[in-house]
Formats: sequence, structure tokens, C-alpha cells
Amino acid sequence: MLHLETSASPGEPWLNIAIFGAFVAITLIIVFRASRNNKTAADYYAAGRSFTGGQNGSAIAGDYLSAASFLGIVGAIAITGYDGFLYSIGFLVAWLVALLLVAELLRNTGRYTMADVLSFRLKQRPVRIAAAITTLVVCFFYLLAQMAGAGGLVSLLLGISDGVGQAVVITVVGALMILYVLIGGMKGTTWVQIIKAVLLIAGAGVMTVWVLALHGFNLSTLLEHAVATAGTPAILEPGLKYGVSEISKLDFLSLGLALVLGTAALPHVLMRFYTVPTAKEARKSVVWAIWLIGIFYVFTLVLGYGAAALIGADVIAAAPGGANSAAPLLAFELGGPILLGLISAIAFATILAVVAGLTITAAASFAHDIYASVIKKGKAEPGSEVKVARRTVVVIGIVAIIGGIGANGQNVAFLVALAFAIAASANLPTILYSLFWKRFTTRGAVWSMYGGLISAIVLIIFSPVVSGNETAMIKGADFDVFPLSNPGIVSIPLAFFLGWLGTVLDKNLESPEKQAEMEVRSLTGVGAEKATEH
Amino acid sequence: MGNDAPSAETTEPTVDFRAVQQSPEFQRLRSRHRRFVFPVTIACLLWYLAYVLLAGYAHDFMSTPVFGSINIGLLLGLAQIVTTFAVTMWYVSFANRRLDPLSAELRAELEPATGVTR
Repeated sequence: MLHLETSASPGEPWLNIAIFGAFVAITLIIVFRASRNNKTAADYYAAGRSFTGGQNGSAIAGDYLSAASFLGIVGAIAITGYDGFLYSIGFLVAWLVALLLVAELLRNTGRYTMADVLSFRLKQRPVRIAAAITTLVVCFFYLLAQMAGAGGLVSLLLGISDGVGQAVVITVVGALMILYVLIGGMKGTTWVQIIKAVLLIAGAGVMTVWVLALHGFNLSTLLEHAVATAGTPAILEPGLKYGVSEISKLDFLSLGLALVLGTAALPHVLMRFYTVPTAKEARKSVVWAIWLIGIFYVFTLVLGYGAAALIGADVIAAAPGGANSAAPLLAFELGGPILLGLISAIAFATILAVVAGLTITAAASFAHDIYASVIKKGKAEPGSEVKVARRTVVVIGIVAIIGGIGANGQNVAFLVALAFAIAASANLPTILYSLFWKRFTTRGAVWSMYGGLISAIVLIIFSPVVSGNETAMIKGADFDVFPLSNPGIVSIPLAFFLGWLGTVLDKNLESPEKQAEMEVRSLTGVGAEKATEH
Repeated sequence: MGNDAPSAETTEPTVDFRAVQQSPEFQRLRSRHRRFVFPVTIACLLWYLAYVLLAGYAHDFMSTPVFGSINIGLLLGLAQIVTTFAVTMWYVSFANRRLDPLSAELRAELEPATGVTR
């Protein structure tokens, strides 16, 4: 604990800033170069559909391996042991749903947004509005998590512990994100994500090998060391966080459901499938993503137990930034200020790349679904849609900055799990029903999306996350009538049920022609959007 | 491209999609696809759910050491990762062999009619 008591920040803040600055400079040049061809909506939202499966797969990994995966999971494993590992498993297995049921069919039927697919054969207006709202809400929760991660990281790295200083840095991160997305669109964002994925996986890989080398390349020895530091073998067993009571076990089940069903319904992940030219490339992207993400999660297992062994859960919990600081602290322990600077720059890059992906998704959804399709009824002036998207980027950036300043200090993996729960409840039933259930109707879609969205949010508001205990967001208040901190186990089945109920009660049948067109297109790729030529 | 009509209206209505949907070729593709993805997805989700339930409710079983400090829980977790990789590769080989030729054939028949050139 010595090195933490002597200074608020281990390492050299200026070194950290310099390394991060170099990353920003390099990526900005790439973004400028990549964006010269951004002319049409297909360029701005879908990068001209010109990426290969391998590139897009790396970008998906860059998009998905957020601060929650890196800082959050390493911290969760370091402090709660095995229960932290369970996050990784859920985050990974979830990709099978995306691979088997969603990716290719979505690529074949949509153009820019999730709502394109959901409203394909249903009534455009109500379904598009609902899908745009759920997209915006999920992106907002996810953004909040990333920004909270940025705040925690800053407090650790730059030794800035006062709120004003942290707020300034969050503002800088937000401003950079706006710049990337404004200039680069999807192409620039994708390149930032690819670079970041390579850096993140390489950085985590180096640290993993280092930690293993210190333990004779024997995982068992590493685990023994972790047990010795923790003083209890419980760190290797499930239940340290979720095993304390029946309620917490149920909470864990709820979390597991949300994780495994959320991925295939995350709007910013779905949108990435439009950046490749064909469904086959979409499939390849997912395969690349699964391999990269799976290998990365094996690394986080070693890093989490490595932090538990070499630093200790108590020290991490007491450090500025709390659990989120486990990975940076481990980097300092291993390689001193330089490795800390590198890993921190990578973590910043991670946050930057993910918030850029979220921002362009939210902006595309607003401009394409609400402005162009609903307000202008598909008759917007040429070019005005992209203009609206760019303005939306600025607005979302500002909202994210304010939200990030407000959400400082929560565990990011946990906040992201809430975004997953909302996505799985509000989006997944409608995605699956509209792709696979012929009879599905507009009423079913609207009931399921609003029902899932509202039930998930209401349950979160009345959960222990928001009130009723010391770690809640609103400390003084006490209205935690719903005992679980993750709503998935209630809201996901409810949304599936509402989609079914709304459909069977709906006497208006949908157009069988549209259903036939969607089904044929989804499986064959006939008439799917092609790559733009440059 | 700036004024984007809703996606459903982008394809020329020259293809009779209902007839295609009823055609034996398409029905074959559809049932092949569904017969693979539905059972495999369900099996993977059940396997994951079993793992989550074990972690939640079978604490002592999961804590049983197998060798050194490595216990059943850790091995089962790693097994989830391995099965995810395995199913991924299995699906890719299935799709390349059994789905892609059928869908390419159908696409070749239909694309001239929609006026889209590749």
C-alpha cells in the first residue's frame, strides 16, 4: 500500500498525458485521411460498406471491449474473484446469438440502423420511433458507463482527485470524441476502433505473459498467490459477490441472462454489420470478433487474478478509482511508470473508441429514423440527413460529458450490464420475432419494445442501485422496492411475452408480400445494399 | 443518397417474393438454416444457463479442486470459452458448405430481375 499513500497517482502524470497525446495525434491524422471520401449517408453511417470481415471484426472487438471489459472485469476479478469471471463468460457466449441468429440476416435486410430491420415489414412510423427511442436510451446508458470509467481513470492517472479537475478531463475526452465522429464518420470511427483493438489486445497480452512469467507460467501457482494475498480461498470460488443470499443469487441469474441476450441487441454492435459489403463478410466479422474477444477475456482472467495476487483486493478497493483501477495498478506494479502510461493511454483510447461508436450510432438513429423517416417522411433534402446527424453528434457529446461528470465512481462493468439488460428487453424480442415469426405484427413490436424498455428502466429506478443503501446513486432516499440490481430476469421474458400478446391480439395482419420479401432477402442477400464505389 | 426512403421500398417490385418464398429451393434453404441455428442456439443457451445456475447454486461442487488450485468452476468457465469457439467454427463450416451455395444460386436467379448489378 506504500506507493499509494505517498502520492495520489502512481507514475508520472505528464508521461501518461504525452503517451495519450501521441495516440490522439496519430489517430486524428488517420481519421482525417479516412474521411476524405465521406460524401453520402452510406459513407457517413456505414463507411461505404467497404471494410473487410477481418477489419470489421477487429473494429467490433474494439467497439465491444470497452472500458467495462478491460478496467471493469479486471477489477471485478481482482476484488470479487470468480464472480468477476462470470461477466466475461456472459459477454462472450452472447456472441453466438449474434452470429447464429442476427448478423447476416440483419446485414441483408437493413441499411444504416437497427430500426431499418425492425420496421422493414411493419408500419414504418410507430416501429421506427420506438426503435429509435430504445437505441438512444441504450446508447445513453452505455455512454454513461464509459464516461464514468474515464473519470475513474483520470483520478488515478493524473492525480486529479478534485471534482473540477476530473470534470475538465471528462470534457476533453468528450470534445475529442465529438471531433472524431464529426470529421471521420463511421470510417474514422472504425479505424480508431481497429487501432485501439490491436493496442488493447497486445497490451493485455504483454501484461498476461508478464504475470504468468512471474509465476513460472503456471496458472495454479498464480491462483495460489492470489489466495495467499487475499487470505482466503473464496476468491477462486463462485459466490463472493453474488452468493451472500438467495436474492443475490437470483440477481446473478438475472445478470447472466442480460449479458447473454444483450449483445445481439446492442444498436452500436448491430450497426457495425452494415460496414461490410456482404452477409458473408458480416459472418466473417463475427468470427474474427469472437476469437479476439474470447482471447482477450482469457487475458483478463489472468490479469484480474494477477492484480489480486500482486496488489491485493484491499489496496485496489482503497485506490482512487476503486475497482476500475486494478488494471492500471497492475501495469505500474509490473513495468513502472512507462507501462502504466502505455496501459492508461490504451484505456483512454478504449473509452474514446467506444464512445465514438456509440455516438455515431445514436446520431444515425436520430437523423435516419426520426428526422429523415418520420419527420420528413423519407423526403428529406439530399444531404440534410447527414447534416442533422452531425449536429446530433454535438448534442450527444455534450449530454455524455454532463452525464459522465455525474456518474463518476460507479463500477463500469456493472453500469454496462444495465445497458445490456435494457437492450435485451427492449430490442431482442422484436429483432427475433420480425426475422423469424411470420405472424408478428406492428402492435406486437410496439408493445414489446416499449414494454421491455419501460419495465427495465422502472425496475432499475426501484432497485438497490438507485436508492436504499450506502453505495446507491441517491444515498438519502429509500424506495428500493425491487430487490434485484439487474432487471433482466423480469423484463426480458416480459418483453417476449408482450410481443407475443400484442401480436395475437392484433387483428390487423401485416403485408404478406413484405414478409416474403424480408425473408427471401434476409437469407439470400437479394437486393442487399452494396458497397459504394470510390 | 441523402434522402433515404425507408429501406423496404428500395428493391424494385419486379420480383414476386411470395412466389420465391414458396419455391422448393428457398424452402430448402430456409429449413436448412433454421434446422441448424435454432437447435444450436438453444443448446448453447442451455449450456450457459446450466453453468450460471451451477455457479449460483452449487458452490461446493464448483469449488472442488481438480489439480493444484484449479477447481471445477474455473474449468467449466474455460469450457464455455472453448465451446463458443467450437460452435463458431462449426457454424462457419456449415454455412460455407450447406447454406452459401443455395443462397448464391437463388441470388443469381433473382438479381437480374431486381435490376441490381454486382
